[in-house]
Amino acid sequence: MNWIDIGHINDIPLRGARKLKTALGCVAVFRTDADEVFAATDSCPHKGGPLSEGIVHGQSVTCPLHNWVFDLNTGQAQGEDGSITTFPVRVENGRILIDGAQLAGRSAA
Amino acid sequence: MTKRLVIIGAGMASGRMIEQLVETDADAYDITLFNAEPRGNYNRIMLSPVLSGEKTYEEIVTHDDAFYAEHKVTCRFGEKVLRIDREMKVVEAENGHVPYDKLVFATGSNPFMIPLPGHDLEGVIAYRDLEDTERMMALGDAHRVVVIGGGLLGLEAAAGMAARGVDVTVVHIMGHLMERQLDEAAGYLLKKSLQAKDITVLTSANSKEILGENGHVRALRLDDGTELPCDLLVMAVGIRPSVALGQDSGLAVGRGIHVDDQMITSDANVLAVGECVEHDGAVFGLVAPLYDQAKVAAQTLLGQSAAFKQKTLSTKLKVTGCDLFSAGDFADGEGREDIVFRDPSRGVYKRLVIENDRLIGAVMYGDTADSNWFFGLIQSGDDISEMRETLIFGPAYQGEGAADPLSAVAALPPEAEICGCNGICKSTITTAIEGGATDLGAVKAQTKASASCGTCTGLVEQLLQVTLGDDFQMPSAQPICGCCDLTHEDVRRLIKSQELKSQEAVWQELGWKTRNGCHVCRPAVNFYLLADWPLEYQDDPQSRFVNERKHANIQKDGTFSVVPRMWGGITNPTELRAIADAAEKYDVPTVKVTGGQRIDLLGVKGEDLPFIWADLNKAGLVSGHAYSKGLRTVKTCVGTDHCRFGTQDSTGLGIKLEEVLWGSWTPHKVKLAVSGCPRNCAEATCKDVGIVCVDSGYQVGVAGAAGMDVKETERLADVPTEQEAIDLTVAFIQLYRENAKYLDRPYKWVAKVGLEWVKERVVADLEERARLIAAFELSQSIYRKDPWAEHAATKAESYQPLADLNLEAAE
Ligand code: SRM
Ligand SMILES: Cc1cc2nc3c(=O)[nH]c(=O)nc-3n(C[C@H](O)[C@H](O)[C@H](O)COP(=O)(O)OP(=O)(O)OC[C@H]3O[C@@H](n4cnc5c(N)ncnc54)[C@H](O)[C@@H]3O)c2cc1C
Ligand code: SF4
Ligand code: FES
Repeated sequence: MNWIDIGHINDIPLRGARKLKTALGCVAVFRTDADEVFAATDSCPHKGGPLSEGIVHGQSVTCPLHNWVFDLNTGQAQGEDGSITTFPVRVENGRILIDGAQLAGRSAA
Repeated sequence: MTKRLVIIGAGMASGRMIEQLVETDADAYDITLFNAEPRGNYNRIMLSPVLSGEKTYEEIVTHDDAFYAEHKVTCRFGEKVLRIDREMKVVEAENGHVPYDKLVFATGSNPFMIPLPGHDLEGVIAYRDLEDTERMMALGDAHRVVVIGGGLLGLEAAAGMAARGVDVTVVHIMGHLMERQLDEAAGYLLKKSLQAKDITVLTSANSKEILGENGHVRALRLDDGTELPCDLLVMAVGIRPSVALGQDSGLAVGRGIHVDDQMITSDANVLAVGECVEHDGAVFGLVAPLYDQAKVAAQTLLGQSAAFKQKTLSTKLKVTGCDLFSAGDFADGEGREDIVFRDPSRGVYKRLVIENDRLIGAVMYGDTADSNWFFGLIQSGDDISEMRETLIFGPAYQGEGAADPLSAVAALPPEAEICGCNGICKSTITTAIEGGATDLGAVKAQTKASASCGTCTGLVEQLLQVTLGDDFQMPSAQPICGCCDLTHEDVRRLIKSQELKSQEAVWQELGWKTRNGCHVCRPAVNFYLLADWPLEYQDDPQSRFVNERKHANIQKDGTFSVVPRMWGGITNPTELRAIADAAEKYDVPTVKVTGGQRIDLLGVKGEDLPFIWADLNKAGLVSGHAYSKGLRTVKTCVGTDHCRFGTQDSTGLGIKLEEVLWGSWTPHKVKLAVSGCPRNCAEATCKDVGIVCVDSGYQVGVAGAAGMDVKETERLADVPTEQEAIDLTVAFIQLYRENAKYLDRPYKWVAKVGLEWVKERVVADLEERARLIAAFELSQSIYRKDPWAEHAATKAESYQPLADLNLEAAE
């Protein structure tokens, strides 16, 4: 594990998301109404919609282009055959940390 | 000669009896109907929704003048029957005598007033009829009320007034609320829910004296000396069958007028139905048995054989957010066994009482979805020993049904009661459906199911769906989405009537099943809240679709388009230069003229948005809201300025309209056009609002469409002046905003409410027009501004990535 500090939790709006740029493409970082933080690929498996622009509800996000709904815990799309890769994140003293090893791992895969 | 039937009392019981009579044999009797109240039959139990603002009185009238006229019922409303001469068979009323062959008592009951000192002061009322309801409805947030009685009626009165902002205290003599229907645990949860509605609840409180001032109530004093100041005191402590007239005329009377199984009193020519009767030692206070009585009485009058049987009753409370159900006998006792389930986090409590392997009672609070199934078990008396272990979890766990409501309904036995008020069972409804009643209205009309309190409407619809499958669509009562059971219309109404001013309040009070909605309901609720409470509610960008959150249209590749406003389609070299410069500076791949008379810069990167906006702002360009459920464009033609046919300044009017309306949020987008003459070069006759200028003034049309549907506008009005054209437009849009369902364009909404309804408010009623315009202006005082300028200045940072790990790696 290689935790990287990517910002403060308040940098993401409540029930919102922000984009994280990485060498391997964008990652969406979500914050729920209960201050849970999740991270996943920012690209919808349907037609590439930017999930960081979607509506965050409960522990799910809805893609802004054609409304696929993803469970942020598992990355699985509801009722659709598709999923997004999720990444470990945690919050310490208000700072959001993401696992750099996992991000790197994705490139290998 | 037709026989003469005189009925005393036009209440819920006699209303039903008359219906049964005329349906079976319209010519059997000449009916004369007396009522002490100055009106005919209405649905008394719905006074509570009227009080809370969820319904109007007009909506709860069950029989109108047309009904009485059609069935030749002679109505003597507002007239009391004083005496009866049974020997002569004549009824003596305030305005004269009427002879009868058959007489029916349906005098209902009288509210019981505790004879406390001061009970006759002005401002001490009961809760029984429309007059009482209107007294309570006249109160507002500056008023205080004390309600004596924590039973069904008292609590509905309290909740209804609290919904109007009245400061309400309930004084209840027993240790917990609704003790006749609820056990202590459920009573506790109910108290908590009411307290959350800002109702003060005092249990084990004994009223001692009503204090007055100048003949008017001032306060209630309890026996411990506490004084509760009030402007109105409502006593809802019980009812007494109204028997005085029966007694005076010599009928056999106990607690109520004695009747046999045929509803015949001690006089063979006199029947009695409703709350005024006593049958087999019992008196009645809920409508379900009264309807049974009404049916039997009608049959008896027609010479058919029928017998009234008492049944187990169930109770629900008509207070939104207080979901409770109780039925049967739930007292502790020897040989009785309890099964209890609690979920404190959801405020759910369920208790079943079992005796000899049969369910004999049930109390539920917080989750009453399975109540009908339990009620069915109580009524059928089936042996439940096989399913005892999982009984409390409801039908979903009994193998026969599954977790979804449709299969639960499908699993109900044919004799299961669906509509408690009218005692309608499943098979009656499915038979009606199979016989051609393929929508809710038809089922209601044919079977009476869901025609009284309406709590079973959902069940009836599920039955329609189970029976008809794909042939049944639930358009009118379709819930917004899976997060709640309410329709858009219900949610709008409840947000207004319960004054819900935050999303949390909506989730909680309207029973949302998810934490905070979903992409379908949350934008709708966000809109409803800001439309109804522009000052109190703050718009929530996170509840908006990305386009409205980022004030730009998202493209298929994740870039955005930028469309500055061109007022009425007019531009100038400075603006065009600024657009050209911006297009170059931000590498805009496509510059296009839109169908709305302005220029679209397509393919702008999200990060660049605040900067391109700032640049455009410098040239005076503002957001064109090409992304919003709000005002889009006002198309115009050149009009009198240049055109040889122009009759009025169409361009000028278009610009004025755009200046008044821009920035407003509406249920769906709104597009306007103004044409200078009937040649209609601005295509005004297919817009949401389209104005065609003529020599005599302005033809204002509304509800046109030219998207997925194509439809010509309908004429709202012709007006001589430009100002009137603007006023009508603003009032129309505000009415649309206050009433339409989210994502209904004006043409869809007008099709639902009717153009006449709109005209009455916008054109005919000048006061209402002025109110609409003022309400629109109030909202615009907050929203008529350029979001681009605001975001460029204060939110630019949020358009950038949270972090760029590429840079970090490079460091
Ligand atoms: C840009 C424009 C097409 C153009 O290049 O001319 C356009 C583009 C879009 N229209 Fe449109 N409409 C545009 C004029 C129209 C018109 C013509 C008009 O306004 O005179 C219509 C028919 C009139 C009407 O409004 O019904 C029109 C009827 C629609 C509809 C169907 C609406 C309906 O109720 O039937 C949609 C879908 C919707 O809104 O739900 C739609 C939706 C869209 C969206 C926003 C689709 C979306 O959600 O992404 C398109 C955005 C494209 C993009 O990538 O930016 N667009 N659209 C026009 C912008 C006008 C402007 O200046 O604001
Ligand atoms: C606010 C409220 C909420 C309720 N909610 C529910 C509920 O949710 N569920 C439920 O099952 N029940 C409910 N009830 C009870 C239900 O309304 C009554 O059981 C039902 O109305 C009784 O019907 P009725 O025909 O016997 O009498 P009523 O409906 O009271 O009608 C009797 C009529 O007779 C008239 N009358 C009396 N004497 C004379 C006379 N001498 N001459 C001429 N006219 C006379 C009266 O003016 C009255 O209009 C509620 C009651 C109220 C007040
Ligand atoms: S008609 Fe409108 S919505 Fe359809 S592709 Fe063209 S711009 Fe997009
Ligand atoms: S791209 Fe996400 S739903 Fe189509």
